[in-house]
Amino acid sequence: MAYSEKLIDHYENPRNIGSLDKNAEDVGTGLVGAPACGDVMKLQIKVGPDGLIEDAKFKTFGCGSAIASSSLVTEWVKGKTIDEAETIKNTDIARHLALPPVKIHCSVLAEDAIKAAIADYRAKAQKEEPKEAAE
Amino acid sequence: MTAITQIRRNDQPIYLDYQATTPMDPRVLEVMMPYFTHKFGNPGSRSHAYGWEAEEAVEKARGQIAKLIGADEKEVIYTSGATESNNLAIRGVAEFYKDRKNHIITTVTEHKCVLDTCRHLEQQGFEVTYLPVQQNGLLDLDVLRAAITDKTVLVSVMAVNNEIGVIQPLAEIGKICRERKVFFHTDAAQAAGKIPLDVEAMNIDLMSISGHKIYGPKGIGALYVRRKPRVRLVAMIYGGGQERGFRSGTLPTPLCVGLGEACEIAMKEMGVEAKRLAKLQERMLKGLRAKLTDIVVNGDLEQRIPGNLNISFAYVEGESLMMGIKNLSVSSGSACTSASLEPSYVLRALGVEEEMAHTSLRIGLGRFTTEHEVDTAVDELVRHVTKLREMSPLWEMAQEGIDLKSIEWAAH
Repeated sequence: MAYSEKLIDHYENPRNIGSLDKNAEDVGTGLVGAPACGDVMKLQIKVGPDGLIEDAKFKTFGCGSAIASSSLVTEWVKGKTIDEAETIKNTDIARHLALPPVKIHCSVLAEDAIKAAIADYRAKAQKEEPKEAAE
Repeated sequence: MTAITQIRRNDQPIYLDYQATTPMDPRVLEVMMPYFTHKFGNPGSRSHAYGWEAEEAVEKARGQIAKLIGADEKEVIYTSGATESNNLAIRGVAEFYKDRKNHIITTVTEHKCVLDTCRHLEQQGFEVTYLPVQQNGLLDLDVLRAAITDKTVLVSVMAVNNEIGVIQPLAEIGKICRERKVFFHTDAAQAAGKIPLDVEAMNIDLMSISGHKIYGPKGIGALYVRRKPRVRLVAMIYGGGQERGFRSGTLPTPLCVGLGEACEIAMKEMGVEAKRLAKLQERMLKGLRAKLTDIVVNGDLEQRIPGNLNISFAYVEGESLMMGIKNLSVSSGSACTSASLEPSYVLRALGVEEEMAHTSLRIGLGRFTTEHEVDTAVDELVRHVTKLREMSPLWEMAQEGIDLKSIEWAAH
């Protein structure tokens, strides 16, 4: 299978591998996928006081396309507000990496991972400051 | 014996996929060459020297093939490969005897060409029993005994599995089949030339052989069909009645000659080669185990050809590992390499859990594999498994002592 240069670059030099403290209030964690399906993504975001995502980390079990998709979205979400990050679409990821049709599900999973991380962050924020929950 | 030397160019990856295909032995190519050029006759031409010369060559090769499996040369027919041999054996027997018997027994870990042929026969109204295998990949003989009925015409069990390299108990299966008066077919594509085979001692009635798995050419295979007691077949290809009417079509003389030579070399060198490969297999496994934890060999390690290792590297997905080990040509039991996205049906039949099936690689060693290549492969595997584990959330959880089974994963 021939992969795009961008995909191979993200696979070989993945950005932002690692973990943030999942118990911290300003960290949102998304864990999506299943080992039996062959891919699991853990994506974490750290949101600064200004509401911008100041850091993002990932760990992925999955094929090269899954690793590249999650690496790419950690780059994309940094510096964005969570509302902006939420608008990232799997089709954008698939197009950027030129994913072959059988690998589209990897981009779907990456989108799910961001959404799950944001949802986790919001749930924590809601507990802390109920007023901001309407955001 | 000619020296085992590297035959790949230095810019080519290390070839570790000998169950997919093998390079041709240069000695095989050498004997084939004249039959492409000046010895081009049709072995079916009875009226002149060109034909006689070609006929002599294909008959000599037929004898070489027969000798490898303890058969008579009259019992060997040429086909295009093991897929055709398996089709002909199973469909040919089923259709010939269908008025008396309509039941076929096979196993769930057979090659696709056997399973697909059986599926086709089911659609035609035949009954097929697909026997499970044990956790080590081997057939339980009691399960086989219990499955045979007075309607059973054929038992088809592969000699050596193409994914996990395990060797089925052929002699025991043959004995059971003979006692119950059921024909025994074995797909020996991965076995011929690798382990000793004897159609008499093992009571084998039909055997499929492939050229390109034993350092011979692609596009040629053979089917052994027993004469005493006689096995009858309905032909699949009609025409000039070559190959005793079982398989019409002009014989490809160079390919036949190549298959014969490959069998002869295999017969002479099998013992030495098996010992050498067993050492390489052990070297690879030891090398990996010295530096990596959580690796599992799939399939029985003892009842196995020495040229195969099928290993699950827990917490690392197979395709991503293959992308990393660019300098190694292996194959994966993870289905992310195929369009189906389902992991290997063979591994699942052993009860290997899906998450482990996704982490498996098939490593095939063969005649031209060197110690240096094995060492390089170990280094590359260790490096990339370690790197990928560092970025695996499953590895991280396992290190934290989290039981992955306790998590409710959202299947997608």
